[in-house]
This record gives sequence, C-alpha cells and structure tokens, in this order.
Amino acid sequence: MSHQQDIARLLQGHSFIELSARERAHSLLDAGSSRELAGPFDRQYSPWLGAQGIVAQADDGVVICKGLLDGQPAVIAAIEGGFQGGSLGEVGGAKLVSALELAATDNRQGIPTRAVILFETGGVRLQEANLGLAAIAEIHAAIVDLARYQPVIGIIAGTVGCFGGMSIAAGLCSYLIVTREARLGLNGPQVIEQEAGVAEYDSRNRPFIWSLTGGEQRRVCGLADALLDDDSVLIRQQLLDFIARGLPEQPRHRRSQHMLQRLLAMDSTSQADAASARQFFQSGAKP
Amino acid sequence: MSQPSISQRGRDWFNALCGQSPLQQGLPPSLLVTDAELAGQPARYIAVVADPHNPFERARHGEVGLLEGWALAAAIDAAVEADRLQPGKRAIVAIIDVPSQAYGRREEAYGIHQALAAAAAAYAGARLAGHPVIGLIVGKAMSGAFLAHGYQANRLLALDDAGVMVHAMGKQAAARITLRTVEELEKLAASIPPMAYDIASYASLGLLWRLLKTAQPDQPTAADLQLVRDALAAALLDIQADPQRDLHQRLHGEHRLATRKVRTLLQAQWAEIGG
Amino acid sequence: MEKLHLDYPAGAPATRRVLAGVVASGDLEVLITPAAAGLCHIVIHSAADGSAARWRAQLDRLFANGKAAAMQMEINDFAATPGVISLRLAQALEELSA
Repeated sequence: MSHQQDIARLLQGHSFIELSARERAHSLLDAGSSRELAGPFDRQYSPWLGAQGIVAQADDGVVICKGLLDGQPAVIAAIEGGFQGGSLGEVGGAKLVSALELAATDNRQGIPTRAVILFETGGVRLQEANLGLAAIAEIHAAIVDLARYQPVIGIIAGTVGCFGGMSIAAGLCSYLIVTREARLGLNGPQVIEQEAGVAEYDSRNRPFIWSLTGGEQRRVCGLADALLDDDSVLIRQQLLDFIARGLPEQPRHRRSQHMLQRLLAMDSTSQADAASARQFFQSGAKP
Repeated sequence: MSQPSISQRGRDWFNALCGQSPLQQGLPPSLLVTDAELAGQPARYIAVVADPHNPFERARHGEVGLLEGWALAAAIDAAVEADRLQPGKRAIVAIIDVPSQAYGRREEAYGIHQALAAAAAAYAGARLAGHPVIGLIVGKAMSGAFLAHGYQANRLLALDDAGVMVHAMGKQAAARITLRTVEELEKLAASIPPMAYDIASYASLGLLWRLLKTAQPDQPTAADLQLVRDALAAALLDIQADPQRDLHQRLHGEHRLATRKVRTLLQAQWAEIGG
Repeated sequence: MEKLHLDYPAGAPATRRVLAGVVASGDLEVLITPAAAGLCHIVIHSAADGSAARWRAQLDRLFANGKAAAMQMEINDFAATPGVISLRLAQALEELSA
C-alpha cells in the first residue's frame, strides 16, 4: 500500500488495524449495543505475571463484548495484541472459553447468539504455560461445540497475526476473514528457525515469511474465506454477510480423507514455496 | 537446531494394550490405529509414533505434522461415521507420546495449523457425538502436538513418571523466547506450577483425571498393564455415567482458582444483560 | 517491577470511570475510578526499576495543587517514556472532565 493511500485511509478514519482490541469489538457490534463483560474495572489480573515481576493488564489482554450484530445477539472476543504479544494466559483464556460456552448455552436455549473472535496472538503465554495451553484446548472444544449451531467467525486483521494453538482455533472457525497485514501459521518464524535451522526457515527474510503465511497467500490457498483491505466498514460488512450465510456446507477441517490422500500422493522431497502451496491447494480445491 | 531423540513409549504401550489386533490400513506408518476392546466394549486405540522414513522430513521423530494431523482426523471421523446409527459409540483411546508439532517450511506452507485443527475437531466432534474419549499420557505431551492428539479427551490419565511431561514449549526454547536462562526458568517453575515441567505440578492444575504409578513405564510389566487397563476401564465408566460431554471436569484444580473466578463473574454478567 | 503508592489532596469525587492505554511495550494503562471527596490515591506498577523518583516528580506536577477530582488511579506501566506517560495521563484526565 502506498504512503498516500495510507494517509488517505487514516484521514477517513476507517482503519481497523489501528484500533485497540476494545475499539475493534465496539466498532463491529451494532451502535450502542456493546457491553463489556469481565472488563478492566473488574480487575481480573493474571495471578501468575505479578508473581514473576511482570506488569499485568486489568483485562488480561482479552476483551469480551456482548451486543447485537444486525439486530441479532452476538458476542465478540477480541485479543489485544499489544499486551504480551496477544498471548493467552489463564484469565484471558478463561474469558474466551466462558464467552463461547455461554453463547452455545444460549443456542441450546433457543437464543441464536453468534460469536466472533478477533485473533492477534502468538498463542500460549509462556509465563503461564500449561494453563494457557489448557485454556486453548478448551477454546477449541468450545468453538467446535458452538459451530454446530451458529457460524463462529474469526478475523485476523494484523499486525501481530495468529500463531501457536490459536492458529488451530482459527482453523476451527466456520469463516475466517484476513487482511494483507495478517499472518497465519502454527509456528512463529523464530521458533522454526531455532528448531529447524536457517536454511529451512529464515526468520529474517520477511518477503519469504509473508509469501508463505501472509493473509493474501492464505486466502488464495483457501485457508481463509475473505481477504479485505484494512477498513472497518468493509470488515463489518463481510462479517454480516458470513453470518447471513449460516453454517458452511463443509468446514475446512472436515476434508480429512481428501487432504490425507493428497498429502500421501504429493512429492514431499522438494522444498515448498508460495507457488507450490497455491498449486497444492488449488488443484485440490474440490474433493 | 535441536535433534529430538526418538521415544518408543507410545508404540510400546500401544502394542501392550492392543496386542495382536490388526492395524487399520491406508494410514501413514506414523499413525497406529486399531479396534480392540476396553472393558469388554469396542474401542479404537490411536498412537502417533516415529516413522524414520516419514515423507515429511521434519516429522520423523514422532512429531505431529501434516500427515499425522489429517490422518488422525480421518481415523476418528471414520469411527464416528461407522457408529453413527449405533446406539453405543465405541470409545476412543489416544495413547500420547508426542515430542512436538513438526517445525518446517513445508508444514507452514501446506497449512499444518489446519491439519491440527482437523485432528482437534475430530476428537472434539467424537466426544460431542457420544464417543467416550480417553487420553493416556505415557511420555511427552507437548504443545500443538497434544492439542491435536489427546487434549480434547473427556478424561486425561498420565503415568506418574519423570519421563512424562506436558508443556507448551521445551525448556531451552522457552528460556530463549522469554529471555531467561534455563536455570532462571527452572527456578521460576519451582514456584509457578503452570510453568513447571514435572507431572506432579501439572496434576495440581486439575487437568488430569488420574495419575498412575507404574513400576516400569518403559517396559510395562503385567501388573503395570493391568493397572492401566483398570484405570482406562474406570475412566470409561466415569464418562458413561457423566451426562455432560464437555471438559467441565478439568475446572476444579487447586491452581485454577482464577479460572473459576472469572468464569463465575462472566456468567453472572452475561445473565444480567440477558439475551 | 516497582510498586508505588502516592496520595494527593483532591476536590470533589470524580464522576465516572476512565480507561486509557494498553500495557504494551513502551506504553501504559491508566484506570480511574471515583473516590470519596478530598483524596486522590494513585497506585503504580512499573516495569521500569528505579523509576519511583521520576514517577513522583511527574505526578507531583499534575496533582500536588490538590485541584484534581477525588479518584483512585491505577497505572500499569510497561516502561513508557515520560512523553508517553504525559500523553496517557492527559488523555485520561481529559476524558474524566469531558
């Protein structure tokens, strides 16, 4: 995006990425309908960060807002990427799990509550390691449960992206919206380089990283459902469109036999690049 | 760069529990799947094991990679489909000894996160469909690998042994990422239970249903095998007696106080606002 | 981590709650809640060790005159620069009086 376009957009005030997690959540819900739950003034601080001499945040980096989307009940869980890299700890994780579970309970009682997750996260907060991991497993469980009733929609706007166990959560969503500033991958570039070596994954080669895990590539590969400009209005409209569409015919994660056969048949000796990934997914787009 | 050593525990416990039961065909050699009995009821046993000839070279030490994620999903989905019209749903027993997810370029390019999501969704879907899902941790249960293979179980059991470990990241890597030395990390872990690497600290989080003290976790004796079989059978009964199919049983740990507090708060505020 | 408590004389109770900022690198979070008339109580958690004197000086300039509203202020500081601190405090106080 050019510098002029950047400035023009900022002047229009439509950027979604520049908003905080709380502002993002409020901006998506119908005007005046948003109510934050377990918010900062409830002071649910992480019990583990302070014990390690790390300054905590009053909402533990997860914002839960209940309200309406196009007049229908909805809950938005927004992760604040600025706080501890958007990592999930015990409290933030429990907020997300609880919100999704309450939405599912609503549905079982005839209230069609939808859920939207705004991912800006590196995954587990290592300072709360096993409680973060446990919460992420519970998030997975809650998404799978809720997605039986209503579409669960994930948005990765950027600039943190979505990694670790939360990338799996993104893979469980009924629909996934990304921007060009989004990245989606299981392992962070530095960790892959440490584990596998720089020849396998050069974490400082930004064009390479983006070509494999950037929002545009993920959309072309069918690992996301919409690629949008960084524009709050467009993102909200797409969100409403996906909600109106209802449950997808076949969620991405339901194609196990097809994907397994394709992987078993492929030549895995040659190294991957953006083009080989596009070819892999596009030639097998329909089972 | 790190070269994980290959653990045999997953394979050994799978063989010990399933005996001569024939393996399911059509799956990669890194996945052992068979239908056998558990307490006289049908059960599908699943283990992810090392395949030194895995076509994906970053997944040759027992890691959960692209093939393993999609194959887990396929093996579980097939059981759910086969039992769809049956009143009794076969149990699914995940034998867990997974050192990590696979770290590599092919893995990211071809969407390993989606492969692991497929596996997690298959386990969770089986649980919701009424299949009793039991996770038996006999070795490592690390991070994304555990999320894909076992963490969706109704009940988690683990051997009480120093070789058994549940964690989000190995010690060395975690120290690097959090800008600490391994010694500092170990010192912190001693007072912060969720950071600790030992299975007793993990148990204090309330995530395990039962911890099992075997004499020889690497080469199970007849008594060890009986102990584990009995515990799996007890877990099966406990699940079948439980009207809920979710993960509520994990919320009662001594060190999950904040989880319970925030859940209660959010629930109350949710009800206050109303639909 | 540095933990600091500061008390200042104050006027009438603040009339609303205010939140500003995020505990991001080089930034801070300010939470204001109304308190009984006459006292402004400030709690600071700062990642910047040895920053107590700087905090005291900076908050003295804002609150020592006793004209602020009575409030409980909580600051969670992830090593913000004096410039960012001024900006966030100004934002929070502006919103309080808006």
